[in-house]
Amino acid sequence: MSFLPYAVAAWLFLIGLYGIVTSRNLVHLVVCLSVVQSSTYVLLLAVGYRSGGTAPIYADISHSENVVDPIVATLTLTDVVVEATVVALLLALTVQAHRRFGTLDPNEMGALRG
Amino acid sequence: MSYRLRMVVFGAGVLGFASLLIWGLGGLPDFGDFAGRYGQYLAHSALPERHATSSIAVTTFDFRGVDTLIEEFILFTAAVGVVALLRVHRETEEVPAEPETTRWPTAQSGALRSLITALVAPVLVLGIDIVLHGHLTPGGGFQGGVILMSALFLVYLAGMHIGLGPLRPMAAMETAEGIGAAGFALIGLGGLIIAGAYLENFLPFGAPNHLVSGGAIPLLNIAVGLEVMGALLIVIGEFLDQRLLMQKGKL
Repeated sequence: MSFLPYAVAAWLFLIGLYGIVTSRNLVHLVVCLSVVQSSTYVLLLAVGYRSGGTAPIYADISHSENVVDPIVATLTLTDVVVEATVVALLLALTVQAHRRFGTLDPNEMGALRG
Repeated sequence: MSYRLRMVVFGAGVLGFASLLIWGLGGLPDFGDFAGRYGQYLAHSALPERHATSSIAVTTFDFRGVDTLIEEFILFTAAVGVVALLRVHRETEEVPAEPETTRWPTAQSGALRSLITALVAPVLVLGIDIVLHGHLTPGGGFQGGVILMSALFLVYLAGMHIGLGPLRPMAAMETAEGIGAAGFALIGLGGLIIAGAYLENFLPFGAPNHLVSGGAIPLLNIAVGLEVMGALLIVIGEFLDQRLLMQKGKL
């Protein structure tokens, strides 16, 4: 089962892409983009995992314990922050798009302003 | 482009992409067999060199400190961007934040409102706890900042109905965000002046496993917590204002 986490990451990425392409609502599209981005969390954390390893927090484990990689954890933290900012900005643009076109359907927006 | 044509193009693209992705994933180390030594080195030097038990916090705020500074400013810039995008109509007409008569759907029931009010204090304490123990246990400024944001957001939700008009915390949140962002940069500057390198630790490390340990890491956590809380509340406040403006028929 050692490939399962990578398969989950690939599946999240592809299903999110499918959602973006078929989306009929900009809010739904933004959520699909965040699904795509969440695949990178799974991938990062899966790459840094070591069998039997525990979290690299030495508050209650001994210093010789087998731990997972702390770098991927901090990279995932950066990733989460970036996703939050991307979602916030895209939702603000969605509000503006709705104000301008009167709809949230990306297909109809193209028809209106061609 | 018609829907069918779009799906054909997407199907062709995604097949090619999926095969490349699976090929690339095949070259990764087996799950659990990661052999990178840099991460292990950082994990094992966190406690002896920085006296902080959470090696993730040490990596984030010390070894990768400048990256985290930039990351914090990404959040700052995004909040400014959202404000710039959504605040266009504010100049022409000032709309009161809490309408006197509008019933807010989420806070209509008294039981829900009581529950919201009762949750504020525990969530606030939890957020402060997570921020302050960021260098000891999992958590830190980013995670705790989000929890602090939800605590103050609960006040906002309850206040929608009971009328906390003058207490509307937007200006205070902008100050908190500014203090958080500037605090991180200034602590880094302190390292440049006292220890000779930007974000170099210039405070005593303290005893491991104590609240005051890890040098400047707890201070950086507090700065990030303020920044995250302020930025997210500003963003959410802007979206709520849009909703109120739409309800009043101003858009």
